[in-house]
Amino acid sequence: MSARSNILNKLRTGLAGSIPRPDDFDERLVTEPWQYAPEDRITRLRSLMEAVHTEIHQVSSDSWPEKVAGILAARNLSNLLHAPATAHGQKLGEYWPQSGSSAQLLAYDRPVEEWKEELFWQVDASLTGTVGAIAATGSLVLWPDRHEPRLMSLLPPLHIALLRASEIEDNLYAMMQRQNWSAGLPTNLLLVSGPSKTADIEQVLAYGAHGPKELVVLILEDA
Amino acid sequence: MSQRIPVTELTGGFRDRAEVALADGQLRTNFRTAMDSLMKKRADAFPDEEEREGLRELGNRIKARALSRLPDLLEQLEAKLTDNGVKVHWAETTEQANEIVHGIIGARQGSQVVKGKSMVSEEMEMNDYLAERGVECLESDMGEYIVQLDGEKPSHIIMPAIHKNRYQVARLFHDKLGVDETDDVNELIQIGRRTLRRKFMEADVGVSGVNFAIAETGTLLLVENEGNGRMSTNAPPVHIAVTGIEKVVENLRDVVPLLSLLTRSALGQPITTYVNMISGPRKADELDGPEEVHLVLLDNGRSGAFADAQMRQTLNCIRCGACMNHCPVYTRVGGHTYGEVYPGPIGKIVTPHMVGLHQVPDHPSASSLCGACGEVCPVKIPIPELLQRLRQENVKSPAEGPKVKDGGAKYSRKERLIWRFWQTLNSSPVLYRLFLWGATRFRKLTPKHVGPWTENHTAPVPAKRSLHDLAREHLARNGGQ
Repeated sequence: MSARSNILNKLRTGLAGSIPRPDDFDERLVTEPWQYAPEDRITRLRSLMEAVHTEIHQVSSDSWPEKVAGILAARNLSNLLHAPATAHGQKLGEYWPQSGSSAQLLAYDRPVEEWKEELFWQVDASLTGTVGAIAATGSLVLWPDRHEPRLMSLLPPLHIALLRASEIEDNLYAMMQRQNWSAGLPTNLLLVSGPSKTADIEQVLAYGAHGPKELVVLILEDA
Repeated sequence: MSQRIPVTELTGGFRDRAEVALADGQLRTNFRTAMDSLMKKRADAFPDEEEREGLRELGNRIKARALSRLPDLLEQLEAKLTDNGVKVHWAETTEQANEIVHGIIGARQGSQVVKGKSMVSEEMEMNDYLAERGVECLESDMGEYIVQLDGEKPSHIIMPAIHKNRYQVARLFHDKLGVDETDDVNELIQIGRRTLRRKFMEADVGVSGVNFAIAETGTLLLVENEGNGRMSTNAPPVHIAVTGIEKVVENLRDVVPLLSLLTRSALGQPITTYVNMISGPRKADELDGPEEVHLVLLDNGRSGAFADAQMRQTLNCIRCGACMNHCPVYTRVGGHTYGEVYPGPIGKIVTPHMVGLHQVPDHPSASSLCGACGEVCPVKIPIPELLQRLRQENVKSPAEGPKVKDGGAKYSRKERLIWRFWQTLNSSPVLYRLFLWGATRFRKLTPKHVGPWTENHTAPVPAKRSLHDLAREHLARNGGQ
């Protein structure tokens, strides 16, 4: 007998004579306390994310690349990892030569194995998109894919994320429903609610444990 | 009463260790401070009682529903994960689980493993198992890393190094890593970051736990604040997740309330910094992520607890640690006193099914039954009720057929006879009066030493006159009513 069948048999014996409990999931319990007027969503998101050291700017859909250049300049960073095959990556690429920025644009265009050392130690910042955010918990939703791989939002000490103001949902349940997550998920869906942190020593909060030390969110107001 | 009188007659490991822990002022300060702060954080995270209670009820129902279909859900999870390209393994014992993990590492000729926080891997003592076979298995959660560096075990399931203060960590880093001693917590964390980042890059295999395994979509959900979980599951070419069979939930939407209950109960956070939902290895055209993802489903006594409808509730646990944060016993003796992987109230009700009551005979009674644990449990496990049940199982005679692993560990014929005598005495008015008459007349003859009781207390001496007697007199004098 395999471990699998032993375990399943034991569990089935334990359930003998019982019937499955009904699915009485009451969605109101996870939605009603977490609803906001559309104009309050940004306020809620900002207050929660800023409370955990996230830097947030509201910018226009056209001018964000300038803001990115400014953020890098203020920190005197020498490079920025971007995803050229995405719409926002393309936009950034087109803008960059005229930005006057001394930071070099890097592209995540080859498998991690080919440049692991560089990715781990030499990339200063990254820019990724998001597929939305959750006001209730102050969380960004990232949907990594071939063009914008998983490690982009993890390895660089500074992560800049773009968020469309219109894509902020009230709560996680609403987000799942709207994007129909149960119909298909990416290999690694992520909720990100601030820069990496730890309180493992004396419960003293320290930022930049293993992931980004800084998270900057640019909320794009629709033109 | 500042001077404690040492107890010389000790009956078990828990008591020995508790004596030592209680006398350690530093340890008690570290725990008291941390638990006070965690209790406050949780309370602040649930400002609305009605909301909290509604959510706890929902959490309980979701887990009860999942358990009522557990074998089917495990099969569904396996099928979905397999479709997604994840390899699923089953292990009845920790030995089998270790063999599976070692086999996967061996197939890749791996020698370096980084591990995100996983209590199941602690159950397996995976680090030791792999080390004996020449594989380095490094903890990457800051707290776990500190504990591993000092050759210790976690003392709290969420805050593994909570028993240490910054000076102790500074000393440890200085001794083991050769860095300058600093009491700046930020600097200590940065030392950990630099050391571990190289390990993440070089590791052949990453190991993690699982907070929720979602049958509907074949998804492994992990929560964390540091990013070490994402590193362990994304940076190495192979990811092995190890989890208990009770972690499966039916639907994706089921995790919405459970996630909220977990992070608010554990740390008072509305959500953790990262919620990492893994549904498969790197796809052919993707540029990063592990090439292989494995899930090891571990039983280790869980099916034994499952067989008993009352004990099955222990499998509701989502490992938030709120019960230990609110436990007056845990706060005073600390996690190591329990001597097992899972300390505190939850440890007392899950451990017997894993290791048997012979190994933890004192756990069920190391509680004042104050009820705080049950009151804060986000999935409403009736912990005090289960502790009482374990106390009964603990003293059952072999003929009474104990239902828990190694039940009857504390069964004693002598104790049973004493209780039977007590029962007879108190249920027969004639005998009771006779005993009362004798006890008040011959009170001077009461023994001066009554077992371990008199090592810390004065011996009880019956009063000259019984309460019955005094009451009768009182009523006669005052006219009686």
